[in-house]
Amino acid sequence: MHLGAPQQMSKTATTERSDQAFRISDVWANKRSRSLIIQIIAVILLLTFIAWIVDNTIQNLSNLGVETGYGFLWDPANYDINQRLIDYTSRSPHARAALVGFLNTALVAVLGIVFATMIGFTAGVLRLSKNWLVAKLMTVYIEFTRNVPVLLHILLCYGIVVNSLPHPRVAAEPMSGFFLSNRGFYLPRPIFEDGSWPIAIAILVALVFVIWFAVHAKRVQNKTGVIYPVLPVSLVVIIVLPLLAYFFSENPVTVDWPELKGFNFVGGVAIKPEFFALWFALSIYTGAFIAEIVRGGILAVSHGQTEASYALGIKPSWTTRLIVLPQAMRVILPPLINQFLNLTKNSSLAIAVGYMDVTATIGRISLNQTGRALECMSILLSIYLAVSLLISALMNWCNRRISLVEH
Amino acid sequence: MNRFLLNIATGSVLIGLGTLAQAATLDDVKSKGHVQCGINTGLPGFAYKDNAGEWQGFDVDFCKAVGAAIFGNAGGVKYTNLTGATRFEALKSREIDLLSRNTTWTYSRDVDLKLTFVGVNYYDGQGFIAKKELGVSSASELNGASVCIQTGTTTELNLADFFRVNKMDYEPVPIENNEEARSNYLAGRCDVYTTDASGLAASRASFKNPDEHIVLPEIISKEPLGPLVRHGDDEWGDIVRWTLNALILAEEYGVDSSNVEALASGTDNPEINRMLGNEGEYGAMLGLDRDWVVNVIKATGNYSEIFDRNIGPDTPIGLSRGQNASYKDGGILYAPPFR
Amino acid sequence: MTRITHKVYDKVEDLPAPITSIGVLPWFRDNLFSSKTNIALSIAAIYLTYLIIPPLVQWAIIDAVWFAGSRTECWATSDGACWAIITTRIDQFVYGDYPSGQRWRVNLTFILLSVALAPILFNKIPQRARFLLFSLCYPVVAYILLIGGFGLQEVETAQFGGFLLTLVIGITGISISLPLGILLALGRQSDLFIVRIICVGFIEFIRGVPLITLLFVASTLLNYFLPPGTSFNLLVRVLIMVTLFSAAYLAEVVRGGLQAVPKGQIEAANSIGLSYWVSMRLIVLPQALKVSIPGIVNSFIALFKDTTLVIIVGLLDPLGIGKATLSDATWQGLSTEVYIFVAIFFFICCFSMSRYSMYLERRLHTGH
Repeated sequence: MHLGAPQQMSKTATTERSDQAFRISDVWANKRSRSLIIQIIAVILLLTFIAWIVDNTIQNLSNLGVETGYGFLWDPANYDINQRLIDYTSRSPHARAALVGFLNTALVAVLGIVFATMIGFTAGVLRLSKNWLVAKLMTVYIEFTRNVPVLLHILLCYGIVVNSLPHPRVAAEPMSGFFLSNRGFYLPRPIFEDGSWPIAIAILVALVFVIWFAVHAKRVQNKTGVIYPVLPVSLVVIIVLPLLAYFFSENPVTVDWPELKGFNFVGGVAIKPEFFALWFALSIYTGAFIAEIVRGGILAVSHGQTEASYALGIKPSWTTRLIVLPQAMRVILPPLINQFLNLTKNSSLAIAVGYMDVTATIGRISLNQTGRALECMSILLSIYLAVSLLISALMNWCNRRISLVEH
Repeated sequence: MNRFLLNIATGSVLIGLGTLAQAATLDDVKSKGHVQCGINTGLPGFAYKDNAGEWQGFDVDFCKAVGAAIFGNAGGVKYTNLTGATRFEALKSREIDLLSRNTTWTYSRDVDLKLTFVGVNYYDGQGFIAKKELGVSSASELNGASVCIQTGTTTELNLADFFRVNKMDYEPVPIENNEEARSNYLAGRCDVYTTDASGLAASRASFKNPDEHIVLPEIISKEPLGPLVRHGDDEWGDIVRWTLNALILAEEYGVDSSNVEALASGTDNPEINRMLGNEGEYGAMLGLDRDWVVNVIKATGNYSEIFDRNIGPDTPIGLSRGQNASYKDGGILYAPPFR
Repeated sequence: MTRITHKVYDKVEDLPAPITSIGVLPWFRDNLFSSKTNIALSIAAIYLTYLIIPPLVQWAIIDAVWFAGSRTECWATSDGACWAIITTRIDQFVYGDYPSGQRWRVNLTFILLSVALAPILFNKIPQRARFLLFSLCYPVVAYILLIGGFGLQEVETAQFGGFLLTLVIGITGISISLPLGILLALGRQSDLFIVRIICVGFIEFIRGVPLITLLFVASTLLNYFLPPGTSFNLLVRVLIMVTLFSAAYLAEVVRGGLQAVPKGQIEAANSIGLSYWVSMRLIVLPQALKVSIPGIVNSFIALFKDTTLVIIVGLLDPLGIGKATLSDATWQGLSTEVYIFVAIFFFICCFSMSRYSMYLERRLHTGH
């Protein structure tokens, strides 16, 4: 073995190379300089592209004589919005119309998320039940709902509600004071008079007590294993305490009953068919996806856990609640929050049924009446981007908190 | 593929020449071979599909008239269906050359949206239609009612103003287009449907039992409906404007589709001679053929023929000329002279 | 030595097992009625089924009117579903406004589509390589057949409608967004800072907004971004938006798949001297795509369902055709039938796609 020879060869090799002149292809061969060049080219291309688009836009706008500027937001909107959570008249500015729309979006999104989660978890758990009939029914529900576009669900729901419910003048009255018609579901609204502050205080006290009790019960259980009945006690406290305050205060709560005046019901709380159709359709559609996620999460928990739990004598309902679900949540949470995001974005289909969410107000009506497509679209896209980024940040935070740290 | 490449080529040429004014619409239309006309998605009498699948209607006939003015026959037109929300963008972005979609002429549309109305082909007003069983006989009794309203229209704004000024409350039910408004109204989701009175008559005609519905007497706004074009192309605007005027003048002079051929060879009436191309070079001034008006009348008839054929008293729509009669017959239809 | 005599027993026939242990009855007992909650659930489920299924079947099939001239005719005959609206207008639903004389071109395109898809989807096709070659040229063939040229009459895209439009948008979107999504995913995890920033920004932007707002942008704003005087027709603009939308979601799915490939694979590829693109093509992407197949097919299904949204910008997909039909006075008021019909079409397509995804997973299952 001549170890010297290869060394000599490599020495000559290096000295040979360093004698040669610098070549352009060396720049390409070197990984760092190559990546630098590619990035510089990419930046140049991107900037050129953006400049081209901006130039086109400016030319088009000036040729068509379209004005730009966000000042129109303070002009009166001149149109009415039928469902709103805050005050609004047709003289309010476009900015307020956008705010009304945004609150409507938030309302249907939050309620939809709550209901969809309830449906999703129930359907997911039921799908895994041993009862063949129930499991098959859930499968049918999930498959039919998932494979049909959400727009169809919304339109079908709305069509059924509007066409099969009666006219307000012959409204159905399932309970006295509750009216069901094709203009909406009307409920009596409680009005809290001046003397009802004891009730508010009672509710606050009850909540504080319930939270303290839950934490205390957990601590006791961890130390001694004794389990306090947290749920029944909390329910009793939350219901009884405000009731006691109600009876002992001077001016109890009055009720605003809905009444039929002329064409429609006046007073009370109204759940309009547009809102109901949108909310119901979104809930069952997203609920089907959540059910699949929940099922996947539960199946991901190792079967050994359930077997060990049964071996310890823990009954099945406690096993599901205390052993399986907490571990399944780790797998369920990220796609679950993704579905929440999807539901919020799907709520933009509200214009298909005439529910005035933010897409319908600033993105449709304001845009058409003022002609400011660029400004209105930019506002609309920014609102959705902000909401999405917020929910994504929430998801990342949850992910970090519950994820298993791999060592 | 060809149109795509042509578009890219045109775009590059234009960029290469720097800022350049728009290609004139007339040249565009002539090279395309047809007028791209924006019409309604479906409004009985004004724009609807017949059983053969062809578009017919009062507004559609105007498109055909413009096409005939340029190409000599009624075939030089292609249609784009537009909702209330998309119509102005389509016109501004050059997707269509001409919007003939029962659009109201207003200050803001003319000035702010930078569009040009070339005239009024139907003087209308906004009204309400309600079911007789509600027992309503006037719009002032509508406090608290649910009203179906098409979004993106002047009717929406007029409705808000009407109810606010009269200190009444109402529940607006916003929908995208006529068909949904009609089905919601018939299903009872709203008590009242509001749109231009001509649209009300058209809708009423399409209902199963027209007698069960009543058009309330109040007309709460002025709705002069007319065709529009973009700002900045006066030559094209002149063509469309004078097509409309020619239709109105033809009725005034007694020229219709049955006698236009005979009259085209020469008459004693100097007005008719100028209009039909026997005197002067009026066609060339617009960049059209000498007998462009003859082609228009042959293709669609004059204003009264268009009216009677589509929305007249003998049609299911059943509108009378009313304000839309010629000024000689007590209406306000008046076109400038052809000289 | 005594003779050991063995008693010989006659073989007696086995008695049948008690009915409570085999057959239908035990299955009922174990599955449906095993515990109190189960009994309650089963009774509730049976009651629910009884409430829904028989009236549904009665309305949809038994009492239904299949052929009639108008809604009034239907309702004069029976109270059931009036499917006549579908059967009379079926041409509109399938072809939209496509000229009736040229519909053979659409039929031919669909037949060729199945021929083009078969070698891609199934690997047991004989002569697969030749068919794959045809699949490669299929887009051009389909374009010529549908739009025109080479002696075929030109048909404007504005005349596409109904199921034809859905399939055009869906299949074009799917085929273009997959390579684009893979590129975006690779760009998102590249070492080049600028490329990564661009890809991340693009993906997060697209995923943060609803598709319908992007379609609004396509129909109102996209023409402003193009040089003065040019404009794409609406279908092309919608296709661009739908493809970009789907590509962003696919990029996330593929990114998950790329992260599932062990880092050792890339290191091993580098150590034997494979360049970035070669190692991606031969080593990393095949593994990544295999893992992300369920996610990819889910994205495709979502894209297909999202094609219904184009009705809001004025294109006439089956829902749009349905609404236009409903506006005709002869067919007013039959919205439920129209929506159920379109729902069944989508269900069949999407369900088949999800079944195919399960088949693909089974076929590629390598024991992970």
